[in-house]
Amino acid sequence: MEHMIWNPTMECMPREQLRSFQDGRLRDIVRRVYENVPFYRHKMQGRGLMPGDIHGVADIELLPFTEKQDLRNNYPFSLFAVPLSEVVRVHASSGTTGKPTVVGYTSGDIDRWAELMARSMYCANVSKGDIVQIAYGYGLFTGGLGAHYGAERVGAVVVPISGGNTTRQLMLLQDFGATALCCTPSYALNLAEALERDGIKETKLKCGIFGAEPWTESMREKIEDMLHIDALNIYGLSEVMGPGVSMECMCKQGMHIWEDHFLPEIIGPDGKGLPYGEQGDLTFTTLSKHGMPLLRYRTHDLCTLTDEPCACGRTHVRMGRIMGRTDDMLIIRGVNVFPSQIEHALLQVKGIQPQYQIVVERKNLLDTLEVQVELSPENMSDTVRELEALERKIADSIASHALVSAKIKLCQPGSLPRSEGKAKRVVDNRKL
Amino acid sequence: MFVKQISVFLENRAGSLAGVTKLLGDNGFDLMSLSIADTTDFGILRGIVADYKRALTILSGAGYSAKVSDVLAVSVPDHPGALAEVLSMLSEKDIGLEYLYSFFRNHGDHALIIIRVDKPDECVKALQNAGIKMLSQEDLQAV
Repeated sequence: MEHMIWNPTMECMPREQLRSFQDGRLRDIVRRVYENVPFYRHKMQGRGLMPGDIHGVADIELLPFTEKQDLRNNYPFSLFAVPLSEVVRVHASSGTTGKPTVVGYTSGDIDRWAELMARSMYCANVSKGDIVQIAYGYGLFTGGLGAHYGAERVGAVVVPISGGNTTRQLMLLQDFGATALCCTPSYALNLAEALERDGIKETKLKCGIFGAEPWTESMREKIEDMLHIDALNIYGLSEVMGPGVSMECMCKQGMHIWEDHFLPEIIGPDGKGLPYGEQGDLTFTTLSKHGMPLLRYRTHDLCTLTDEPCACGRTHVRMGRIMGRTDDMLIIRGVNVFPSQIEHALLQVKGIQPQYQIVVERKNLLDTLEVQVELSPENMSDTVRELEALERKIADSIASHALVSAKIKLCQPGSLPRSEGKAKRVVDNRKL
Repeated sequence: MFVKQISVFLENRAGSLAGVTKLLGDNGFDLMSLSIADTTDFGILRGIVADYKRALTILSGAGYSAKVSDVLAVSVPDHPGALAEVLSMLSEKDIGLEYLYSFFRNHGDHALIIIRVDKPDECVKALQNAGIKMLSQEDLQAV
C-alpha cells in the first residue's frame, strides 16, 4: 500500500528526536503563557512554579490542567497570549451554558493548522488532482474552514458546499465528481443511503475524512461498503485547534496525533498520567499555538494511546477511537451539547420549570434530540395553536443557546422521572 | 353571556383520557359537553361542567395542567345549513374561530354549539344582532 506523507521530516522523526523537539517547544510555550496570560501566570505562581522550572516533557505533571470552564471564565479573549491585533480569526464552540468557548488564531496558527490538515489529507491519499467536497459546516464551527485550508494546501480542488441540503450534495457529488468527502460519519451514511435511494451506484469518491462525532468500526464497514471508499477517522476540537489534531492513515489502526504540535497525555480519575495502552481522559498541551496556547487541556474524551510503530512509517503516537466522555457532554450531529445548556435555554422561556428530560435517538442514521418538558399550569392553553407556539418558542431558545435543533415534547406535570439529588436528565438510545 | 369551559392537558398515551374522566366521574362531575383536540404528542380535553371552580381545584390538585376559559354556547336551529349560516356571518365580520364542538343535549328544537373565537365581545354583539340566542352557564345546567 502506498503511503503519502506530507512532511516526512516531522511525521517520521525518530521518537527520541521528537521528544527533544517537544521539550524545546514546551519550554517556549510555558514561558509565553506565563508572560502573556494572567490566568496561567496566577496558576503557576499558586504552585510556586517559574517557567524555568519546566525543562521538558518530563516535567509536564508540574503544570496545571485547563478545563472548558476556564475558557468560559475568561470569555471572550482573556486567554489570548497575543494582543488582539495579532489575531486574524476567531472560532467558537458552544459552551456549557449560554456563552460559547472562543478560540483565537494568529496568521501563523492558521498556517500551521493548514499544514496539519494537509498532513491529514495526505494520510487519506488526497492530493493535487483530487476534488474534495467539504460538507462540514462553515462558520464559527472549525470543521468546514479547517478541512478547507488543508485541502487547498495540498492543491486539491475544494468544493466548499458546507453542511446540509442532501439533494444539492448529491447533485454536486455527481456533477463535479468529488474524489474525497469530508463530513460527519452519520452524514456520510445519510448521503450513502440517499444515493442508494436514487439508484446511483457509481461515484468518483475514493475516500472519506470523517469526524466531529464518535463512531464505530461497524459504521466504518457500512460506509465503506455502501460508498466503495476508504473511510478514515479524523479528530480535533476547536479549543486545541480544530480538525486535524490527529488523523488516521490508510492502515486504519488509530489516529496519529501530530506530536510536534500537540503533547497528548492520558489522565486517570485521580488526575495522574496513565501509561500508553490504558484508557483515560485525553489531555493536550498545545506546543506551537500563539493565539491561544493551552496547557494540559482536558478534552474529557476517553481513549487510549499507543506508540507502537505504524506500518505507514509515521512515528507519531496513535489514539484509539473515543470510547465515551468523562462528563455529560452529548454530541448531536457533530454539535457538542451539554444538558446544562438545555436547562439554561429552558429557563429563558417564561413559566417553564427546569423539569426536563433529553432523549437522544439515531433515526435514519441521523441523531435526533427530543427535549421533554413539563407543561406548567401557567402555560396551559385551551388551544393547540398556543401550545404549539410554546413548543416553537422552547425549540428556538434551545437553538440559540445550544446551537442544536430539538424536537420539543410537552408532558404532564409530574410525569418526568425525578430522583434524589441528580435527576436522570439524559436518555441516550443511540446504539453505536 | 360567556360560558366557562375547563380544559386539561393530556399526553398522547394509553390511559391518559381514562384517568382524567375517571377522576371527574369519581368526584361527581357530569360532563355536559366534551371535545378533544389532538396532535401527535398531546391532546387537550375541553368540556363544560356545572361547577368549573371545583373541577379546576380537583384537577390541579391531581397534578393536571388545567385552565378555565370563556367560550360561547350558541343555540342554532336544528336543520341543515343553520350552522353554516352562523359561521358565514362570523366570518364576514372577520371573527376568527379557534374551535367548535357540539353540546350533548339539544335545547328544544335547537342544537347547542360551543365556540371559541378570537374576538369574544364582538362575537357576542354580532350574534345578538343576528338574533342568535346564546345560553349562559345557568341556562346550560337547566338544559
